[in-house]
Amino acid sequence: MGEIADLLLSATFWAATLRIATPYILGTLGELVCERAGVLNLGIEGIMTLGALAGWMAVYQGAGLWTGVLVAALAGALLGLLHALLTVPLGLSQHVTGIGVTLLGTSLSYYVYRMALPQVSTPPTVEPFQPFAVPVLSDIPVIGPALFTQTPLTYAALAAVALVAWVLYRTPAGLAVRMVGENPAAAEAQGIDVTAVRVGAVMCGSALMAVGGAFLTLSAFNAFFFNMINGRGWICIALVVFASWRPGKALLGAVLFAAFDAFQLRLQQIVGPALPYQVFLMLPYLLSILALVVMSRRAAYPRALMIPFRKGERH
Amino acid sequence: MLFEPRAHPSAALRVLAPAGAVVAALALCAALIAWTGTGVGEAYALLFQGALGSQFALAETLTRATPLMLTGLAAAVAFRAKLWNIGAEGQLYAGALVAVILGGGLVDLPGWALLPAALLGGALAGSALLVGPTVLKTRLGVDEVVTTLLLNFIVLLFVSMMLEGPLKDPMGMGWPQSAPVLPEAELPRLLERSRLHAGLVLALVAAVALWIMNTRTTWGYEIKAVGANPAAAGFAGIPVNRVMLKVAVLSGGLAGLAGAAEIAGLRGYLTLDLSPGFGYSGIVVAMLAQLHPLGVVAASVFVAAVFVGADAMSRTVAVPNYIAEVLVAVSLLCVLVSSFLVRYRIRRSP
Repeated sequence: MGEIADLLLSATFWAATLRIATPYILGTLGELVCERAGVLNLGIEGIMTLGALAGWMAVYQGAGLWTGVLVAALAGALLGLLHALLTVPLGLSQHVTGIGVTLLGTSLSYYVYRMALPQVSTPPTVEPFQPFAVPVLSDIPVIGPALFTQTPLTYAALAAVALVAWVLYRTPAGLAVRMVGENPAAAEAQGIDVTAVRVGAVMCGSALMAVGGAFLTLSAFNAFFFNMINGRGWICIALVVFASWRPGKALLGAVLFAAFDAFQLRLQQIVGPALPYQVFLMLPYLLSILALVVMSRRAAYPRALMIPFRKGERH
Repeated sequence: MLFEPRAHPSAALRVLAPAGAVVAALALCAALIAWTGTGVGEAYALLFQGALGSQFALAETLTRATPLMLTGLAAAVAFRAKLWNIGAEGQLYAGALVAVILGGGLVDLPGWALLPAALLGGALAGSALLVGPTVLKTRLGVDEVVTTLLLNFIVLLFVSMMLEGPLKDPMGMGWPQSAPVLPEAELPRLLERSRLHAGLVLALVAAVALWIMNTRTTWGYEIKAVGANPAAAGFAGIPVNRVMLKVAVLSGGLAGLAGAAEIAGLRGYLTLDLSPGFGYSGIVVAMLAQLHPLGVVAASVFVAAVFVGADAMSRTVAVPNYIAEVLVAVSLLCVLVSSFLVRYRIRRSP
């Protein structure tokens, strides 16, 4: 038990946790923005894959790292636009469209990667973001090295939480997003263009997801691998429910989930071969299901989630 | 621009719309093919040739279509009731796992019982895997999209654990694979010198049975009513939760059968690459078919042909075989749009 306690108090553990949490924070925030506007976005897995590829590809072609992030965001917003056009003005099934977008995002990314690099066996690398120690703050014992020696995209993810929370709760745009997610008819009566708000929210949310994907290729690793998103997008969807559609809780959920992930990696080393390693890999998924079950009792879904809205049509 | 509902879309429109969507998808993907420098006409001709151009190609396509038909039916029957089963991939592996256990003689069974036990056991395993999320949905309101999806990862890890542990074939040269099933547990071949097996017959029978169920039985009517409006169905006296459970047993069972039939008919043993995403492609198949069981037969042959044909094509010309997945994804999105155009006509704003 002493070993485990030491682990939970070590700075490297929490630094790893925050690193693992970053794509989950961005993905969950992105999904949250979409769902708050009333659109379920199951395209997240494909959007993250496209973001990972687009960001990496831009940097590989010689662009700067931040340009890469911007390219990823743009690619994500475009794929989000596709999902939004199909689900908002056309009102098609958000489940099925989302799965279509995921399939398209992943397969298109793989196709483009194969086209750009036809014969490579080892993925080429780029120079990724380097950790940046915030002056003074990084000198605080334990918390300092854990929180303040991360790569810039992790700081950006934390800032995004504050930004999304501020926009949602403190600005007219955020109010509009929340209204079209709760009661689009009332929003329209207030003169809000429901279609425009929903399309905009899905595009912004998808851009965030794509940056979450780009974190993997531009910060955590330095290359693009097939299957690199590996279910992270789906976990984000579970985390949104866990967060009850609130940005602050989304951060908490993502960090807890990542802590658990970092913990099982180290627990594997401590427990060793006593248990098959697959058991440890299963735990995050089991935990997600458990979280869904626990939270479902109090789940306060945006009331218009998954319900298409057409002007003048009654429901 | 305004969308005006069509009161009675014509039958011709309903049939032609998906076909038009597929043509549109082929046209859209032509740009990706042109990028490679290969002629679009040549590429599609090679794809067609590779999928349907010879008896061998046709048998290969139908072999590939068999599991897609079953997972497609699994998605179609569930989606009709608006039970969003995204877990067919996991259910398929659960079915395959039980099939190698029962068909491999690990449980003492008489020879004649091996094949039925493997298929039925596989189907039941798939059912069991979907019943859990369905109960969570009906009792607690837990979203089944996420639970069924997460279960896919869990099942695959569990299968991996079994294949490296108790089920590992000692003759497998160290590879994580199960021992092969006994000869009595194998499905017969349909064509000599091909891989086509009797699983196709099972899938076709299942499609016809579901079609009859949908159109001729109370069950079919209840499922449709629950899918259309659960509140109204409940008010009309239909036991909504029980119907959902029946649908879960059927849907999960079909996906489990897909895995068992792959084992009994094609592979003989279980590895982690048994399915190149048949569970997910089944969703596409069901949507292409507009959830119609007989349409699933046609759609699964189409999707299988795209994959088999693209493999053959990419061996000849420099188009990566990922084009198959892109084509299928674009087809799905085009079919969604076409289904909208069947239901609505576009009017210019007055």
